[in-house]
Amino acid sequence: MAINHLAPEQTEQFADNIVGFARALRAAGMPVGPGAVIDAMNALPVIDIGNRADVFTTLEAIFVKRHEHALIFKQAFNLFFRASEEWKHMLDSVPLPDQAKKKPQAGARRVQEAMSQPRMTETPQHQEQDLRLSVSDKEILQKKDFAQMSAAEITEALRAIERMRLPQAELLTRRHRPDSRGLRLDLRRTLRASLRTGGDIIDIHRLGRIEKPAPIVALLDISGSMSEYTRLFLHFLHAIGDARKRVSVFLFGTRLTNVTRALRQRDPDEALASCSAAVEDWAGGTRISASLHNFNKLWARRVLSQGAIVLLISDGLEREADSKLAFEMDRLHRSCRRLIWLNPLLRFGGFEAKAQGIKMMLPHVDEFRPVHNLSSIQELITTLSRPLPPHHRSLIRSAA
Amino acid sequence: MTLSANSSSALPASVDAMLELLTSRGYLAERSLATVTYLSLRMGRPLFLEGEAGVGKTEIAKVLSAALGRKLIRLQCYEGLDVSSAVYEWNSAAQMIAIRMAEAAGDTDREQLSSDIFADRYMIKRPLLQALEPDVAGPPVLLIDELDRADEAFEAYLLEILSDFQVTIPEFGTVKAPHPPIVIITSNRTREIHDALKRRCLYHWVDYPAAERELAIVKSRVPGISAKLSQQVVRFVQALRNQDFYKSPGVAETIDWATALSELDARSLTPQVVGDTLGALLKYQDDITRMQGDTLQKVLKEATSET
Repeated sequence: MAINHLAPEQTEQFADNIVGFARALRAAGMPVGPGAVIDAMNALPVIDIGNRADVFTTLEAIFVKRHEHALIFKQAFNLFFRASEEWKHMLDSVPLPDQAKKKPQAGARRVQEAMSQPRMTETPQHQEQDLRLSVSDKEILQKKDFAQMSAAEITEALRAIERMRLPQAELLTRRHRPDSRGLRLDLRRTLRASLRTGGDIIDIHRLGRIEKPAPIVALLDISGSMSEYTRLFLHFLHAIGDARKRVSVFLFGTRLTNVTRALRQRDPDEALASCSAAVEDWAGGTRISASLHNFNKLWARRVLSQGAIVLLISDGLEREADSKLAFEMDRLHRSCRRLIWLNPLLRFGGFEAKAQGIKMMLPHVDEFRPVHNLSSIQELITTLSRPLPPHHRSLIRSAA
Repeated sequence: MTLSANSSSALPASVDAMLELLTSRGYLAERSLATVTYLSLRMGRPLFLEGEAGVGKTEIAKVLSAALGRKLIRLQCYEGLDVSSAVYEWNSAAQMIAIRMAEAAGDTDREQLSSDIFADRYMIKRPLLQALEPDVAGPPVLLIDELDRADEAFEAYLLEILSDFQVTIPEFGTVKAPHPPIVIITSNRTREIHDALKRRCLYHWVDYPAAERELAIVKSRVPGISAKLSQQVVRFVQALRNQDFYKSPGVAETIDWATALSELDARSLTPQVVGDTLGALLKYQDDITRMQGDTLQKVLKEATSET
């Protein structure tokens, strides 16, 4: 559908309008490529542009590719197309994308840190003194609580975390690939090979099932009481997300935020920066029950459907602990393959599940593990790479 | 993006005509849905419909094929869907017989044999390949249903088909559609579909209909229902959607429920009859449990007042 049947000046104004609008959308954070702009120019001449609602729907179908962006689009549309003259004025105030979003240089922060004083002072607390003269520095680092590390030690720990890789193969899929020891006969390849000898079947080709890693969904508590651990866990999740594609990360304090996309950026510093930009309630209070409810309602069916393992990273210190919390935990437990609760509080030897929230949550997890130092994270990785238990054994269990 | 002369004649010429076409087949669409459908026909672009289950995403493909007189080819996606069940497969048994026959006849020309057995007649065509074939009635409607159920590998495979409308078969060559089919893709969002695929499509979020439209839908789909009951049904369902349920009822559930009530000869909604038929609307035990008692009374009161 070419646009050449329109009068030239009309076409030009179209083009101006659309390009300007696309720029405004981009500035508002929507991913709008040049392909979409061309599409829009092709689409508008087909419909009656006198009908505002139709123009809206048309442009929406082309520019919006995710339901979450629909709201931004609506606002932008209403602002941009309010009067024929005003948009030109607005256009001037919209900066070009390359100026508007100049990326901070990835290394800048690390360089800055290297030049400046350590961020955390050496903590004088002596809760855990497992420093012994006989162990090497590396071993000390493995056992040291994240909350008690100096800045240099944290840097060292981050490096260790970045090196961690999860083993890959875990789930058997229903897709096949050539495999000489596979169970299924690959008739197509067998026949093709047999033609080389004029139709005599000499080699039987086989197919085996493709294995792929189970998706991991992490729910990370970012409330004030967890603040010493949050950054390191995010680094950990970034590191494992780098190696395998299907890792979804949600942060929650008083509300739930999906930071999966933000965390996809290659550079860990950039990824963490865009994560914190996405979250409004950093280091605030905790509402585990409400956050889990939101997760169960909005996201569970979308991210847990392929046999996901859920990592719930939280200290479980919830004020509004009531039956709702138990209900939501149960629902979460029943909709995933395995629910692993990682709790930094477990580092204390005499830890007892006294807090109401923890008592409510404990019956609904498959595993309860500490995560406060490098060696516990290492153990977690070992756990995650073990063969998975049969799917949904919890279905047999009666609902609590 | 060009349209052939023979197919465009059947296509509606404006958004209003599209709306009329859908309505004539009993699909009461929002104007926005008619607009994107019209655009996708005119631009030759696949239409990507997302929304909750039961809002009529699949239905539009069926209606479209019926209204335009085109063949409907449906590909239901599932985990593990691969090329041999979505595009094509060789009929190996028949091929083997052909080889044996050639042997028995003393035919030893390998090249000849190879081109003989990888011919069209030994190929089993699956939905995607069928959709690329020319049809006398014009390009078919290809419905790729619940794409979110297929895995990422299949999605990547679709990219080639959806942008060039062609399939490459190693033994055979490239099959290209003379006229691109009308493609409708639906997703319930059980996982995110990759942006690369969405970029090739027109995207539209299908929402629950407004009360007025839903009432019209119920009346047209459940002909025997009384005005009073249909009104109460729609109000009840609309009120349910405002509740904090795990799965809100879709239009399909509304129609089911209205049909059930009309089968039971219900005159109006009572706690008894609602309680007995709630399973037609709510599909999770947790949701049904929550509806017992006060909530039911409240919603029921809302639905039956001032009628």
